[in-house]
Amino acid sequence: MTVEAPNPFQTDQKTVMIPPPAGDRVIDVQNLDFFYGKNQALYGVNLPVARNKVTALIGPSGCGKSTLLRTLNRIYDLYPGQSATGDIRFDDENILDQAKNSEGLRARIGMVFQRPTPFPMSIYDNIAFGVRLHRRVGKADMDEMVERSLTRAALWDEVKDKLHSSGLGLSGGQQQRLCVARGIAINPDVLLLDEPASALDPLSTAKLESTLIELKSSLTIVIVTHNLQQAARISDYTGFMLLGKMIEFRPSSDAFVSPETRQMQDYITGRFG
Amino acid sequence: MSGKNLENANFDRFLHLRRKAYNTVFLVLTALATAIALAALALILETLVVKGVGGIDMAVFTMSQPAPDMAGGLLNAIVGSLVMCAIGMIIALFVGILAGTWLAEYGDGTKLATVVRFLNDILISAPSILIGLFVYELLVRPFHGFSAVAGGVALALLAMPVATRATEDIMRLQPYALREAGMALGANRGHVIRSIIWRASKSGLMTGALLSFARISGETAPLLFTSLGNPFLSFKLTQPMASMPTTIFQFAMSAYDDWQRLAWGGALIIAVAVLTTNIIGRALTRGSTHK
Repeated sequence: MTVEAPNPFQTDQKTVMIPPPAGDRVIDVQNLDFFYGKNQALYGVNLPVARNKVTALIGPSGCGKSTLLRTLNRIYDLYPGQSATGDIRFDDENILDQAKNSEGLRARIGMVFQRPTPFPMSIYDNIAFGVRLHRRVGKADMDEMVERSLTRAALWDEVKDKLHSSGLGLSGGQQQRLCVARGIAINPDVLLLDEPASALDPLSTAKLESTLIELKSSLTIVIVTHNLQQAARISDYTGFMLLGKMIEFRPSSDAFVSPETRQMQDYITGRFG
Repeated sequence: MSGKNLENANFDRFLHLRRKAYNTVFLVLTALATAIALAALALILETLVVKGVGGIDMAVFTMSQPAPDMAGGLLNAIVGSLVMCAIGMIIALFVGILAGTWLAEYGDGTKLATVVRFLNDILISAPSILIGLFVYELLVRPFHGFSAVAGGVALALLAMPVATRATEDIMRLQPYALREAGMALGANRGHVIRSIIWRASKSGLMTGALLSFARISGETAPLLFTSLGNPFLSFKLTQPMASMPTTIFQFAMSAYDDWQRLAWGGALIIAVAVLTTNIIGRALTRGSTHK
C-alpha cells in the first residue's frame, strides 16, 4: 500500500463552501485580509456565522483561526500595526469601518480567551464589572444578573457561598467558566471562544462544553479549537483553515465524515497538523 | 610507556593542587569581603543602638528641641519630617503613578517614551544636593524665605523618579491577556487600566511607594537649602520647618552633651523607621508573587 505524502502547502487548489442560509447569518465575513504589519496572515477569508449555532474553526497552528476570531470583535485594534481589510457584516454594517465604536461592538460580541483571565476582584465583581460598563443597575437587579449568568455558566452551585471572595482563588476550570459567565452577563449576541479548554482538564472541559451547548439557545458561538473531537461534539458548522485561507466550510454533521478537500481529509485523519 | 603515563599523572596532580589552592584563596577573599561589608553594617547598627537608646525617652516624642542643658526632645523634628515627607509623597505618588502608567500603557514603543524613561533614570541617580539647590532657586529665593513646602517639593523631586520607575515596572508585569479581557467586555483603555491593571498592581505599587518613602526619609542635603530647620514645633507650611536629618546634623555638630545624645536617639529612630518600611515593602512584594 502506498501512501502519498500529504502536501499541506498546496493551497491553490479547490475550496469548498457549504454555508448556512443567508437569512440565518448573524455575522458574515467576506473576503477578509489581515496583516501583522507587512505580513499577511489571512487571504480572502469567508466565514458565515449562523444564528444560535456553534461554529468551530479548526486547522493546524498558525493557520489564522485565532486571527480570524480576533477580527470579529476588533480586539486586534489594541495593537498598532495590525490591520484588516474586507467586509465583516454584522447588523448590516461593516464592523471594519474605523468610525464604528468598538466598545459598543464588544458589548455585543463577547470573547473568552485561551487562558482564564479572572480580574483581580471578587467573583461577584468580576461579573458586575462588565454589566456596569454598559448599564446602571441597582443592587437587587445586579444580584439577580450575577446569579443568572453564573447559573448559565454552570458555576453557581460551586461559588454561591463565596461570591465575595477573590476570583483568583478558583480552580482553572472554574475560572474559565467565570470568564464565560462574565462574557454572557452583558447579554451579547455572539460569544467568541479562543481555545477555551486547552488549559483545562477533561472534566472541566466536559462541563464547559455542556455549558456552551446550553448557551446556544440564546446566543451564537464561534469557537477556535485544536481538539477535533470537541469540534465534532459541540459544533453545527465547521470551518477548516490552512495557511491563512478558509479551505472547507460545511455543516459539522458531515465535515468529519466526508470532507471534500484533500487537505481537510489529511488533517482530520491526522496525517499532518 | 607506563613510565610516561606516571609522569603525566604527576604533572596533572600538580595542576590540580594549584587550582585547589587558587580556589581556596578565592573563597577566602570573597568571604573576607562579605565579612567586611557585614561588619560595617553591624558596627553602624551597634553604635546606633548603644549610643541611641540612651537618647530615647518619652520626652523625645513629647517635647520640642531644648536649649542647651535643658530638658527637651525631637517632637518638632519628628513632626516636621512627617509633614514634609507627606507633602513629598503625595506629589511624588500622584505624578509618579500617572507618569509610570503613561510609560507602560500609552507611550510604549514611542520615541518620546524612550527619552522620558532615560531622563527619569538620570533623575533617579541625581545627587540630592543638586535637587536641593534647584528647589532653592525655584521656591526659596523667589519667595524670600525657607519653607516646609519647599522642603516637601525637594523630597517629592527625589521620590518621583523612583515612583515612576516602580509603577512602570510593576504594570509591565501584568499579562496582556488581562487587558484584552477587559477590552473584550467593552471597556475602554483608561477604564481597564484604572479598574483592572492598577488593582492587579496594587501590592507592587504599595512596595514602590514604601521604597520611595524610605529613600527620602533620611535625606538631609535637599532640606538644608529648602526647609532650613526650626527649633520650635511648627505646622505653618510657608515657614521654615524642622526635620529629623537636619536636626541630627545640627545637634551632632554641637558641643553640648544632651544635644549629641538626642542626635544619636534621632539617628536610631530614623534607622528603625527606614528598616521597618523596607521590610514591610519587601514582605508585600513577596506576598504578591505568591498569588
